[in-house]
Amino acid sequence: MIAEDLNIILPEIILSAFALVGLLVAVYTTKDKMGGLLVWATAGIFVVLAAWIGMTGEGTRIAFNGMFIEDGFARFAKVTILLSAACVLVMSENYMRTRGLLRFEYPMLVALAAVGMMMMVSAGDLMALYMGLELQSLALYVVASLRRDSVRSTEAGLKYFVLGALSSGLLLYGASLVYGYAGTTLFSGIITTAQGGDTSLGLLFGLVFLIAGLAFKVSAVPFHMWTPDVYEGSPTPVTAFFATAPKVAAMALFARVLHDAFGNAVSDWSQIIALLSVLSMFLGAVAAIGQTDIKRLMAFSSIAHMGYALMGLAAGTAFGVQAMLVYMAIYVTMNVGTFAFILMMQRDGAPVTDIRALNMYAKQNPGRALSMLVLLFSLAGVPPMLGFFGKLYVLRAAYDAGLAWLAIAGVIASVIGAYYYLRIVFYMYFGEEQSEQMDRTGGGVLPVFLTASALIMVLGIINMFGVEGAAQAAAGALVN
Amino acid sequence: MDTHLLSIITFLPAFAAVILAVFLRGDDEAAQRNSKWLALITTTATFVISLFVLFEFDPNDTGFQFVTEGEWLLGLSYRMGVDGISILFVMLTTFMMPLVIVASWGVDKRVKEYMIAFLMLETLMLGVFMALDLILFYLFFEAGLIPMFLIIGIWGGANRIYASFKFFLYTFLGSVLMLVAMVAMFTDAGTTCIGGCDISLLNHTFGSETFSLMGVQIVGGMQTLMFLAFFASFAVKMPMWPVHTWLPDAHVQAPTAGSVVLAAILLKMGGYGFLRFSLPMFPVGSDVMAPLVLWMSAIAIVYTSLVALVQEDMKKLIAYSSVAHMGFVTMGIFAANQQGIDGAIFQMISHGFISGALFLCVGVIYDRMHTREIDAYGGLVNRMPVYALIFMLFTMANVGLPGTSGFVGEFLTLMATFQVNTWVAAVATTGVIFSAAYALWLYRRVVMGELIKESLKAITDMTPREKWTFAPLVVMTLLLGVYPALVLDMIGPSVAALVENYASALEAADAAVQTADAAN
Repeated sequence: MIAEDLNIILPEIILSAFALVGLLVAVYTTKDKMGGLLVWATAGIFVVLAAWIGMTGEGTRIAFNGMFIEDGFARFAKVTILLSAACVLVMSENYMRTRGLLRFEYPMLVALAAVGMMMMVSAGDLMALYMGLELQSLALYVVASLRRDSVRSTEAGLKYFVLGALSSGLLLYGASLVYGYAGTTLFSGIITTAQGGDTSLGLLFGLVFLIAGLAFKVSAVPFHMWTPDVYEGSPTPVTAFFATAPKVAAMALFARVLHDAFGNAVSDWSQIIALLSVLSMFLGAVAAIGQTDIKRLMAFSSIAHMGYALMGLAAGTAFGVQAMLVYMAIYVTMNVGTFAFILMMQRDGAPVTDIRALNMYAKQNPGRALSMLVLLFSLAGVPPMLGFFGKLYVLRAAYDAGLAWLAIAGVIASVIGAYYYLRIVFYMYFGEEQSEQMDRTGGGVLPVFLTASALIMVLGIINMFGVEGAAQAAAGALVN
Repeated sequence: MDTHLLSIITFLPAFAAVILAVFLRGDDEAAQRNSKWLALITTTATFVISLFVLFEFDPNDTGFQFVTEGEWLLGLSYRMGVDGISILFVMLTTFMMPLVIVASWGVDKRVKEYMIAFLMLETLMLGVFMALDLILFYLFFEAGLIPMFLIIGIWGGANRIYASFKFFLYTFLGSVLMLVAMVAMFTDAGTTCIGGCDISLLNHTFGSETFSLMGVQIVGGMQTLMFLAFFASFAVKMPMWPVHTWLPDAHVQAPTAGSVVLAAILLKMGGYGFLRFSLPMFPVGSDVMAPLVLWMSAIAIVYTSLVALVQEDMKKLIAYSSVAHMGFVTMGIFAANQQGIDGAIFQMISHGFISGALFLCVGVIYDRMHTREIDAYGGLVNRMPVYALIFMLFTMANVGLPGTSGFVGEFLTLMATFQVNTWVAAVATTGVIFSAAYALWLYRRVVMGELIKESLKAITDMTPREKWTFAPLVVMTLLLGVYPALVLDMIGPSVAALVENYASALEAADAAVQTADAAN
């Protein structure tokens, strides 16, 4: 029995073991000199695990009496998480090395965070949920303050930690209420308690607190306050990491909890999610208008994007979950490319984050500017880029679920949001020549990621590289 | 008949743009010349291939022809085809693009990117007129904003930033509401196929039962709501009064070629949208809103003509005159009878030639004097006789002088509207007089009189390249003016089918209402 359970969680075990062994080996040998090697090794193992999970997994397997669920949904999320984390790790190597930030703890912490995220998306129980969430969060708090001698970075870490602890508290409180009223922490048990419309008030309270805690993790308004500061303060590769894998994990966990545990009370949580969604979309669109720091701008952009992903979730249907998964996959791809660009933004070797520094970038480096142009229009949701199809999915899900008002609000927010993406295009293409120019070359593997991401945004509209079918299967596994 | 001819026409320019982007390096003179020639050859080839479609096209078949189809994601389909309504817009686009490229021969700033933008724009515009899938249509319709945004923003005039942002956000806001309506149509009909397949939106009847939404009675129900959502997009694109304000800014700031494309082709997307979606798919909604649209058109004609009278900037004047002429188009469309729609399509085609030519005329003297101020000119006839002749021809065509193509469209739409709503027709007719006033006054101030301005003393007449640019436009304007049947025979059967379906859909909806009343 236990052997079977262990077999199911083998990828997580391998990754944990790898992280622990890597830590020990590095501590007792060359320490930070191993950083580069460990980054590549971790990225490699991420890719191998993603391939393994993606290709071999089949059906639904349950381990530890329902604590851990390995189904199509979890596999989709895990593959997305692992691949995006691998991309970000590879992208950060050069940046970290040139700035002396390439400590061996960094890849190990990312690996542990990945274990936590894999745990989250497979959670079948409130305990497993909390365990995964905390493992991920603790690793991220440390990574945020990786630049120990920078006030901004340590402040970002501390801020993230304090607010994260608060949200964990809310989540735990909700979990305890749910446990109190349902009598079980298993999702499969909770769902039978919340049968057909007669959800008890206590359970609802618990649900609301759970949602609040999770909304913090996906940085949905009004639980978003930490996002701009943490994005700005953290080293850029870390910001890139924050913007990708953890968002997918949290969003998948959101879907898992809402459908596996509260799937019978859709009408109860659908309106809460819809409200979170509309607030996030509008705040993300409006607040970014005044930003000149591209990292802060991307923070608000990710808030807005989470709003759209939540729109799919608010539908409360299998198609809604599919839409959310497709949206997240596209979002992650766009963000990998965008952050590859941001990592390359430097002048005389020093990183620049002010978008005004991009003045006439198109003239200095037409190829990169064009790729970024494609990504920006994709982020804004302008066809024919893939970002538009993500929006189309969630709009359709919301409309089909009777949330036409949410769909209309979403498209209006997307017009407001288009302004700040256009502003970056404006600096890159329309500006006047200036004497101080950005560095033209350098970046190692970064241009590859930028170009690949932009190409995916254009070519993906032909068939989405099969993601659509995978997401459909994944959503079918979660929502029956 | 599954040929890929339409796909080839559509994607040939984009293919050339990719080749330019990937294989052409450097920004020296040779590279500039190569990109110009490649763009010219591609657009000409596209025009030649589209001629095959025109000759093979059977006007008496009211269905879609040359249909290409394929699977696509999300249950959508890649589906292209042309019918009597769209074929001429396709031809207009392929006809104008080589002229536009020739007219931009003098561009010297980032030539390669310029040509790439225009080639991409051609692909997207052709796609709009050929798409037979709802989302595919939206894709092309919206994507056209990106190259146009860049064209205005990079190669535009002094105030180009404001104009490009206004252009983009204005039209984007209009379109996203249409997107929601499209999603609703997808859900309601279960398909995104516009026409030419087993279950298509053109055969689907959308709900038209009156219901109340937040206390407001929506006459015409779903159809009215969807009509309004599409109207938001097409009215902005058209542009109709009072959402026309982006157009003068965009026109004034855009480079000459950008203005030509904008006036000749992009504006027609709105009118085409009304004919492809609003009338056939939401007949009840259109019928409910038609009086409003007719009056808006009449106001547009009179108001913008008056505004045009006081303009100091030549491009702005022509831009306002475009809005007025588009007023005739919407008026004809929503008169919803044979003459009206015939006239509207004719007016759009002819306006494509005339306004394109007028913007080129402005471009000719702008290239020489670098100002568009009317006051900066005067007496050009003394130094530029050929220019004066050509400019006069298109001024007269713009006024709607019989014998030019401008007359036919205006006359048909006015006649059609007279049958439907006499007062609107009466108001709109005064617009014809105003248009004569502003156009002739413009011509007099720029071309006639003594040449007294020092700066103009050395101005030269049109070069052979410029003359050749105008030649096809002159021919088309006069040819369509004296022999309008060229266009009307082409569109006639399709328009007749459209009008007939519209009338029978309205009758069916009326009958349904009466049955429901009788049952109560």
